[in-house]
Amino acid sequence: MSILIDRNTRLLVQGITGKEGEFHTRAMLAYGTSVVAGVVPGRGGQTAIDGKVPVFNTVKEAVRETGANCAVIYVPAPFAPDAIREAAAAGIPLVVCITEGIPALDMVATYAFVQECGARLIGPNCPGLLTPGASKVGIIPGNIATPGPVGVVSKSGTLTYEAVDALTRIGLGQSTIVGIGGDPIIGTSFIDVLELFQGDAQTEAIVLIGEIGGDAEIQAADYIKAHVTKPVVSFIAGQTAPEGKRMGHAGAIISGGEGTAQEKIRALEAVGVRVARLPTDIAQLVKESLG
Amino acid sequence: MKLHEYQARDLLARYGIPVTGGGVASTPAEARAIAESIGGRVVVKAQVFVGGRGKAGGVKLADTPEQAEQVAAQILGMDIKGLTVEKVLVAEAITYQKEIYLSAILDRASKRVVMIASAEGGVEIEEVARTNPEAIVKLPAHPELGLQDFQARELAFGIGLRDGKQARQFAQIATALYKVFVETDASLAEINPLVIREDGTLLALDSKILLDDSALFRHPDLEQLRDPSDEPEAERQAREAGITFIKLDGSIGCMVNGAGLAMATMDVVKLYGGEPANFLDIGGGAGKEKVKAALQIILADPNVKAVMFNIFGGITRVDEVARGIIAALDEVQTDVPMVARLTGTNEEEGRRLLAASRLIPAATLAEAAEKAVAAAQAR
Repeated sequence: MSILIDRNTRLLVQGITGKEGEFHTRAMLAYGTSVVAGVVPGRGGQTAIDGKVPVFNTVKEAVRETGANCAVIYVPAPFAPDAIREAAAAGIPLVVCITEGIPALDMVATYAFVQECGARLIGPNCPGLLTPGASKVGIIPGNIATPGPVGVVSKSGTLTYEAVDALTRIGLGQSTIVGIGGDPIIGTSFIDVLELFQGDAQTEAIVLIGEIGGDAEIQAADYIKAHVTKPVVSFIAGQTAPEGKRMGHAGAIISGGEGTAQEKIRALEAVGVRVARLPTDIAQLVKESLG
Repeated sequence: MKLHEYQARDLLARYGIPVTGGGVASTPAEARAIAESIGGRVVVKAQVFVGGRGKAGGVKLADTPEQAEQVAAQILGMDIKGLTVEKVLVAEAITYQKEIYLSAILDRASKRVVMIASAEGGVEIEEVARTNPEAIVKLPAHPELGLQDFQARELAFGIGLRDGKQARQFAQIATALYKVFVETDASLAEINPLVIREDGTLLALDSKILLDDSALFRHPDLEQLRDPSDEPEAERQAREAGITFIKLDGSIGCMVNGAGLAMATMDVVKLYGGEPANFLDIGGGAGKEKVKAALQIILADPNVKAVMFNIFGGITRVDEVARGIIAALDEVQTDVPMVARLTGTNEEEGRRLLAASRLIPAATLAEAAEKAVAAAQAR
């Protein structure tokens, strides 16, 4: 078992002929992901990635022809909200948006639309998902992961890779790795993923990597207290960040004392979550939690 | 991107929100001329991007144009929390009976634009939320329909306005502020205080607007409001090179790929007894030119006593970054000690390349931080 993506994932890539889209589609194919379609308006009927992937003009057509059940988006920020809406409207249940720099207000209406369509959105501004040994959707490097019992959910990219790499090196594989993204408005929250990991038979422990800004980690702490029985290990980035400055991620800004790392660490520790001081200590804490 | 008070005021005025008149001065003589044109009592306010400017002496009243010139001379050039005051706003001094509060924010939890009104103004809304939460009314705008008229009225009556005419004016201001927020792609639009004048009418006395950097591409007019003197030189260079850089006060320069990892790296530096000199994210797949630009920006800070590279090669190949660092070092002359911790894809090749350089290698993040802190302390 795993969550969200597995061997049955039939992936459609929006923006497959762009630089990023092509590069990462090759990596996803090399990992063994079934990439069944690409969508590039005006290039329908052609193929991409050395003839391996058929290209369609619209997502609707691609879904009809290929049965795609997951979409990943690499299109530039000004066009990405429309791409998300197109995938959701075409009935794709899982839409993953990698694109960084989407105006936050565009995501307000887009999120509401995705909800109406009954789809789940991961991101935007996220590294995507990886179920080791089965499927890779996004940009998480496959070589650092290995199948196993640890579910990983994170707002960050490279910080997640750091934690996953350390888990793999210590002999602990991962069930699924989910990067939910660092933007203020994201489709899937920590809580949504915690719920899925709690219900997943393969997952025995959960790693939650957060950062300053907002109160998603505090809400996650409340949720863990009420609903999660599996051990949770966490790391919160930005303990030394100054107030009011945007730390790369648009969501990573502390204002008016809300959303500091210290507040979040306190909230998580209060519900029994072990919080690592170094990102590379996460693996050791997980090992101890699993006994 | 933050707007100055006077820029925010001008935007609000354009949407029909009543604001104070007056103008912006960068010399005491200009301040005097503006005070003369206003006539009567004026307030002279420092235009800097920090809170607490009033307490720092950056806001002063003046009864005559001569006095306005004098206080402007005191405030201009003043240092407020590390920022030099370059401009002052000279505006009519308003008398009022009450201060209230109104803002539009992007709420992460409800994923909507939320309007916040408070019967208590003039203090930070976070403070009111702690001490007197009943004074605050919050309403989410519909994601497609926007803020409805009935909601604007609910805000007005919700904070205890009883006079029909006054409540109507408040609702108009709330609707206009929502419009400002949406049409400028703001992440915060705040009027604090919104004052009730002696005659019962409302006026925006001070305001704050933060714009979403990700949306500036479709607002070239707002982008032009960026005042070069407000942005530190290093941050401007970084922005132009596609690097995210924020200067801090410590001595360990940090170069990292990824925002989350960059924050974590700063934390680890602190954990090992050092202070980070900066936040710097070179982004994914950074090549020689970016590494070089980043290194130059870090080394331009005279406080930097050691540099620490923390690169996790995922998609980014470590050997490529190593080549970038070596090439950059050929062109950037420095004797500042540098510690490199490069791990991930092609790390062996990366380490082999760096072995011949003057960089101090480190296998783990902790070891790198320890070595960087030690190297900085030795200088």
